Amino acid sequence: MSILSRLIFLLIFIIAGYILYRRVSFLRRAILLGKESDRTDNPSERLKVMGLVAFGQKKMFKRIVPAILHLFLYIGFIIINLEILEFVIDGLSGQHRFFAPFTGTWYVVALNIFEFLAVGTLVASIIFLIRRNAIAIKRFTARELKGWPGLDANIILMAEITLMIAILVMNATDQALADKGFGYYTQIDGLFFSSLIKPLFIDMGAETLFIIERVAWWFHIIGILAFAVYVTYSKHLHIFLAFPNVYYSNLKPKGQMDNMEAVTNEVNMMLGLPANTPEGEAPAEIARFGAKDVNDLSWVNVLNAFSCTECGRCTDQCPANMTGKLLSPRKIMMDTRDRAEEVAISIDKGGPGLEDGKSLLGDYITKEEIFACTSCNACVEACPVNIDPLAIIIEMRRYIAMEESGTPQQWNAMFQNIETSFSPWKFSPSDRFNWADKLKAEETK
Amino acid sequence: MAEMAASGESPEILFWVGCAGSFDDRYKAVTQAFVKILNKVGVSFAVLGPEETCTGDPARRAGNEFLFQMQAVSNIQVLNGYNIKKVVTACPHCFNTIKNEYPALGGHYEVIHHSTFLQQLINEGKVTMQGGGGFKGKKITFHDSCFLGRANNVYEAPREVIKALDVELVEMKRCRTKGLCCGAGGAQMYKEPEPGKKDINIERTEEALDTGASAIAVGCPFCLTMMTDGIKNKNRENDVQVYDIAEMIAKDQGL
Repeated sequence: MSILSRLIFLLIFIIAGYILYRRVSFLRRAILLGKESDRTDNPSERLKVMGLVAFGQKKMFKRIVPAILHLFLYIGFIIINLEILEFVIDGLSGQHRFFAPFTGTWYVVALNIFEFLAVGTLVASIIFLIRRNAIAIKRFTARELKGWPGLDANIILMAEITLMIAILVMNATDQALADKGFGYYTQIDGLFFSSLIKPLFIDMGAETLFIIERVAWWFHIIGILAFAVYVTYSKHLHIFLAFPNVYYSNLKPKGQMDNMEAVTNEVNMMLGLPANTPEGEAPAEIARFGAKDVNDLSWVNVLNAFSCTECGRCTDQCPANMTGKLLSPRKIMMDTRDRAEEVAISIDKGGPGLEDGKSLLGDYITKEEIFACTSCNACVEACPVNIDPLAIIIEMRRYIAMEESGTPQQWNAMFQNIETSFSPWKFSPSDRFNWADKLKAEETK
Repeated sequence: MAEMAASGESPEILFWVGCAGSFDDRYKAVTQAFVKILNKVGVSFAVLGPEETCTGDPARRAGNEFLFQMQAVSNIQVLNGYNIKKVVTACPHCFNTIKNEYPALGGHYEVIHHSTFLQQLINEGKVTMQGGGGFKGKKITFHDSCFLGRANNVYEAPREVIKALDVELVEMKRCRTKGLCCGAGGAQMYKEPEPGKKDINIERTEEALDTGASAIAVGCPFCLTMMTDGIKNKNRENDVQVYDIAEMIAKDQGL
C-alpha cells in the first residue's frame, strides 16, 4: 500500500476514535444524571453474576432458538474482531496479511474459524430480519418500536450482513488473485467458505479483482469503525453496557424494595424515635420523594435504560401488557433513555436541561402505564441483562403518591383504611381475632 | 400473644395471620385450617390478634412510603416487644415484607412461608398423610404467587406439599420463574384494573383450566381470590376447586 493510503488509514482511525471518545463521555454524563446509588458491595458475587448472565448469556437460553442465533452474532462479534488486529497492522505498515508467513497452519485454522462465524452471523442476521419483518413476531411489532427503533434494528442487521459478505468476498478475491500470481497475494490453502464463492470471481481480470479485493478490505475496516460509532447512537450499546449493567444489577431478593431513609427519619421524628442520621448531622435536604424526571432516578436505573436492546422479553411476559393495558416495561426503559439523552444534549448545548418544562413522568410516561403494574417481577426475571423496569415504576408511584397525592381514588380509600382501621379493608381492628371464634366453638363442642 | 406473654411463656413461632386471613370470609378458612394443623402437631404458637396490623405492603407498592413505614415501625415495636424470633405466615406479601423489608427498619426475624413450614412438618414426619379429602390421584395444578416465587425463589416447597398428597401435579404452561401473575399484586387488589382487553385473572384461569386439573392450589390469599373469581367467571365453580395448600393438608388429615 502507498504511503497515502497508510495515512488515510491512520486518519480514519483517529477520526473514529475521536468521535467515539466524545460520544462515550456524553453517555457517561447522561447516565450520571441519575442519583448516586451504591452498588459496589459484594464484588465477587457481582463478578460471578456478570460471568454467568452477561458473558455466559445464561438468561438468553430460556428461549433456545433466538439464543443460538444470538450466540452466533455474539461469538462472531468477539472472534471476528480479533482480525482487526491484522487489519490495523496491515493498514499502518502497508503489508498484506502480516500474520500469514509465520503462523502457518494456524493462520488457515484462524481464517476458517472467522469465515465459519461470518457465515453463522450472516445466516443468523437473515433469520433475525425474517423474524422481525416477515413473521412479525409480536414483541417486535409493539407500538414503542414504530419508527426509529424498528429501523435501528433492521439497519444493524443489514450492516452485519454486508460486513460479513465483505469478509467472504475479500478472502475469495484475495485467493483468486493469488491463483493468478498477482502482486503480493499468496496462496492460503483450505479456506472452506470463501473457496465456495471463489468461482464467481475466477473469470475476472486481475485488475478488476484487485479493485474488488481492496474495496472489500476498506469497506470491512471502515464498516467496523462506522459500526462502532453507530452502536453508541443505537440500542446496540448493549454489546458493551450489558457487562457493567449486569455487574451493578440488584443482588437482593427481587421482592425487596429499597427503604427510603428520608422517610424513615421523618417517621422516627413523628413517633419520637431517634433519627437514623448520625448525631449532630442535619438530615440531607430532600429534593423530591420518588421520581418525576431522570435526575430523581438512580444512575443504575439510567444505565439500565442505555443497556436496553429493546428485545421486548419484558413486555412479552408482562401480565398487564398481555391483557391489553398500556404498560410496556420496554417502553419505560426506552422513555427513560430518550429523556436522559434529551436532557444531556440540552445541557451540552447550554440549554435548559431538566428545566425545559418537560418531565419523564407526564411527557413520556403516563400515570395509566405506571398504575397498571402488578409488581410481579416478570419483566425483571425476563431481562437477559438484568434490567429492572419495576424499580423505575415504583419510584414514579412514590412521586405520584407522596408529592402529588395523585393515586387512584380506590388506592386513596385503601390508604385511609390502613390509617384508620390498620387494614386495607374497612373492618374494625377489634374483629381481627374473630376467625378464632369458629375454632373455639368447635373445641367446646 | 398478650395472654402468653402475661403468663411468661414464649411461643416457638408467631403465626402472622395477615389482613386477608383475619377478615376475608373465604380466606378465614385457610387461617383456621392452618391453625388446626398447628394444634394437631402440637406446635407452640401464638397470634397477635388485635395487636396485629397491616404490614404496609399495599401502601408501599402503591407508592405511599410514609404509610408503609408507619405500619412497619409500629408492627416492629410490637414484635420486638414480645421478643419474637420466628414468624410464619400464609401470605406471601406479608412474608416478603417482614422478611426482606422490616430488617432495614429494625425488625430482624426468621420468617418462613407456611408452604415451607408445612413441607418441614411433612419431611420431619410430624404430619403423615391420612388420605382424607379425596385428593389421591387427582389432577391438581399449582399457581405460583409472584411474591413467593420470583420475589423470593420459593418454588419447590408448595409443590412438595402438594405431591405429598399423592396427587398428579400438572404444571401450567407458565410456571415457576415464568409464572403468570394473578393480577392482584402491586396493590392491584384494591382498585379496578386499567383499561385493557382482558382481566389478568381470566387469562391465568384459562391457562389453569387448560391443564385439565380438577383443583387449583395456591399459596396466597390474593391469588385465592383472583383464581376463585376467574373460575366463577368461567362458570366452572362446580367442577374446579381453588384451595390453599394448608386447606388441602387439613382436609387430608380430616381436620
